[in-house]
Amino acid sequence: MRRALALCALVAALVAGAATAAPSPSDLEAELVCPVCGTTLDQSDAPVAQRMKRYIRERLAAGASEAQIKAELVDQFGPGVLAEPPKSGFDLLAWLVPFAVLVAGAVGVALVAWAWSRRRGEGDAGPPATLDPELERRVDAELRRYES
Amino acid sequence: MGQAIALAGVATLLGLLVWKVAFDNEEGAADKLAKGELVHAPAFSLDRLDRDGTLALASLRGKPLVVNFWASWCGPCKDEAPVLQQTYERYRAQGLVVLGVDVKDFREDARRFMRRYGITYPVVYDGKGSTIGRWGIQGYPETFFVDRSGKLVGERIAGAVDIERNREAFERGIALALGDQS
Repeated sequence: MRRALALCALVAALVAGAATAAPSPSDLEAELVCPVCGTTLDQSDAPVAQRMKRYIRERLAAGASEAQIKAELVDQFGPGVLAEPPKSGFDLLAWLVPFAVLVAGAVGVALVAWAWSRRRGEGDAGPPATLDPELERRVDAELRRYES
Repeated sequence: MGQAIALAGVATLLGLLVWKVAFDNEEGAADKLAKGELVHAPAFSLDRLDRDGTLALASLRGKPLVVNFWASWCGPCKDEAPVLQQTYERYRAQGLVVLGVDVKDFREDARRFMRRYGITYPVVYDGKGSTIGRWGIQGYPETFFVDRSGKLVGERIAGAVDIERNREAFERGIALALGDQS
């Protein structure tokens, strides 16, 4: 039991440690965009991208956090340097709208399917079809001829 | 009901497509200038790098301008910096203003660049690149000439100024900005 508890504590400590570990330059380079070429920094060799990579390394070495470095680069180059839009303010819409459209689409499909199935159900439960009188007369005549 | 919703959705998407094709390819001033159209220098108001405060292009109306878009990380910008400074000093008495627009750059890098090359003409900071689309900037450096009425004159110079390729266009642009038609 003690061993199991110790193992759990060790795993928890490792997970917590991983979650709070300092970001690596390559993590940040994948999350930031070169303002001139439009690709992420890790994919770009443009002079400004190289300068931004150097800036990231310098700031990380100085102890700056990931959020700080991103905020500083947004201050210099605008929000366009973020590969993903921020999850706050107006930019939150960029995250919410796709889900809202998906939900609205699913609801729409469900409504249409429900309406169709209801219409078909109503058709099944309707009054039995009656034959045209002329056709009924001909069928009766044929039956009488067959029986005789 | 379902069909009406689907049709409305398709119509909306088509409308967006048409709008994108028709209106989202705004032509920059450089393209209009190249076609020979009469075009006014697109306005901007940006923070200054050479001193505190902001500078609006409109505040320079009435003065001939050489507007130079540059960045400290751009190699050819280093080559042309002394030429632009000399141009400013040479024509300053005639009212010519060289105006630098530092684009997509670190402010501190830009200030270091200005100190290194002894730049004393006004320079504004456009880190977000808000001027790029309206001016039609395609690379760095690029230089435009604006006359006293605010119209773009001469031709846009792409690349460092005053090298063999564009010395004539540079001199002609300055002359047109100053109002010398000869």
